[in-house]
Amino acid sequence: MIDLGISFARVAFIMMFILSLGGLLGWIERKQSAIMQDRIGANRASIFGIRAWGLFHPLADALKLLTKEDFRPVRADRFLFSLAPFLSVFFALVAFAAIPFGDVLRVGGREIPLQAVTLNVGILYVFAMLSVGVYGVMLAGWSSANNYALLGGQRAAALMISAEVAIGASIMGVVMVYGSLNLMDIVRGQGALLGGWIPEWGIVTQPLAFVLFLTAGIASTKRIPFDTPEGESEIIGYFIEYSGMKAGMFMMSDFLETVVIAGLTVSLFLGGWQVPYLAADGFHFPWGATWGLSHLVVTVLQIGAFSVKVMVLIFVLMLVRWTLPRFRYDQAMRLGWLGLFPLAILNIVITGLVLLLVRGRA
Amino acid sequence: MARAAFVLVALLAVGAALGLVIKKNVIHGAMFLVVNMASIAALYYMLGAEFLAVAQIVVYAGAIMVLFIFAIMFLIPGKDETGPDPRRWQRALALPLGALLLILLLAVVAAVRGTGPPAAGPATSGALYRALLTDYLLPFELTSILLLAAIVGVMVLAKRRPG
Repeated sequence: MIDLGISFARVAFIMMFILSLGGLLGWIERKQSAIMQDRIGANRASIFGIRAWGLFHPLADALKLLTKEDFRPVRADRFLFSLAPFLSVFFALVAFAAIPFGDVLRVGGREIPLQAVTLNVGILYVFAMLSVGVYGVMLAGWSSANNYALLGGQRAAALMISAEVAIGASIMGVVMVYGSLNLMDIVRGQGALLGGWIPEWGIVTQPLAFVLFLTAGIASTKRIPFDTPEGESEIIGYFIEYSGMKAGMFMMSDFLETVVIAGLTVSLFLGGWQVPYLAADGFHFPWGATWGLSHLVVTVLQIGAFSVKVMVLIFVLMLVRWTLPRFRYDQAMRLGWLGLFPLAILNIVITGLVLLLVRGRA
Repeated sequence: MARAAFVLVALLAVGAALGLVIKKNVIHGAMFLVVNMASIAALYYMLGAEFLAVAQIVVYAGAIMVLFIFAIMFLIPGKDETGPDPRRWQRALALPLGALLLILLLAVVAAVRGTGPPAAGPATSGALYRALLTDYLLPFELTSILLLAAIVGVMVLAKRRPG
């Protein structure tokens, strides 16, 4: 019974984390773009006169979307048209389940790994959920009975396939260095120190893979500079026929995918929940000083470090989104197949050679 | 509990397979095939083969079926396949071939029945790769040569100019 409760709590924490962050992204997107473009941004929504810098706008948006007419084209495929937005959001939500947000928590003789699901092949699971998520987009395009939407769905599918090939190949280098497909083991492996000073994070051991993965990851979120499937004001996309909350769900799933990509990048390249020099019993600084901390404090620090890292990375992704112009469709394809993919293969070869030289075994 | 889960997933797999055969709408059929592959992945997971389960999702339910549906959407944009089936005679072969497959499957099941699950328990992915690159190296490499040949064949066909 207690075990069941613990499992539920683990899943609930991740759900709350990703859903609230995804909802907050709507506000961050508006405010950050406003600041970057020297505007004020959305600030009118208020509850009892409290505006809180426009923080209530996501709430107002959600209320508006929920109360709008839910329109369905006459010739649309009834079932798949309604299923598509749910598929999109569902796979974006479950992808986060294998990403660890802290080390093992010990309470009352129990050892609770701080991730929703403990999987030996966690990294492949996240990858699988990201790739299956494209069904929502493709089915939306097809079931709308609209040729523009169909073409938008096709563009999304082609973009996703080319991004996923690069993602899968760039992950391999990290897997080779840390010798595991389990995200928890990969994060633990990043706790070691290079030369006693530099934390052995993925970005240090796999800098090329970091750039490749982040680029392909942005492409898989279908946001600028890779928003060829659907570009708000210029490109008619796969959810042109959707209205109300169903359209909102497609926008939401792009935000959720941004959170997932940020979480995965943090776990693979930025040390996950690791705090530099923090071991299970406190800080061990490279100059010899130590600072003992209790298990609970260490765990809170780790969860805090993971959250802060994810938010910083989301900030960077938003910077990219509001800075770069859009790739043309063929440019995005070329970048994926002729740029990212060969470089990722090269990275695997180099990583293998270096590992052979450094560790003296294959 | 485990038995109930198995029955549920097995029913889902069989139901989805039936849906694939019965549905006239091609996209609906393809989606049933996706559900079928995903439920088979769930069966793998319940048997402790985590890697196989996720690989099934990535390769079959993900990559291959996305390509299938991609092609179907381009070639058959309407809701239903139109026109008479040009290969009606193949239907006559379906029953004997299906029966043969069933007999073969039953024979395999009968052969391994009673041996129980492997004693080693759920294999970690590390052990799986080691086995692939040592004991089963030859079939592994043969498979990769087959895949390579298929890739080269696709390139040749795609590059061929008509006339």
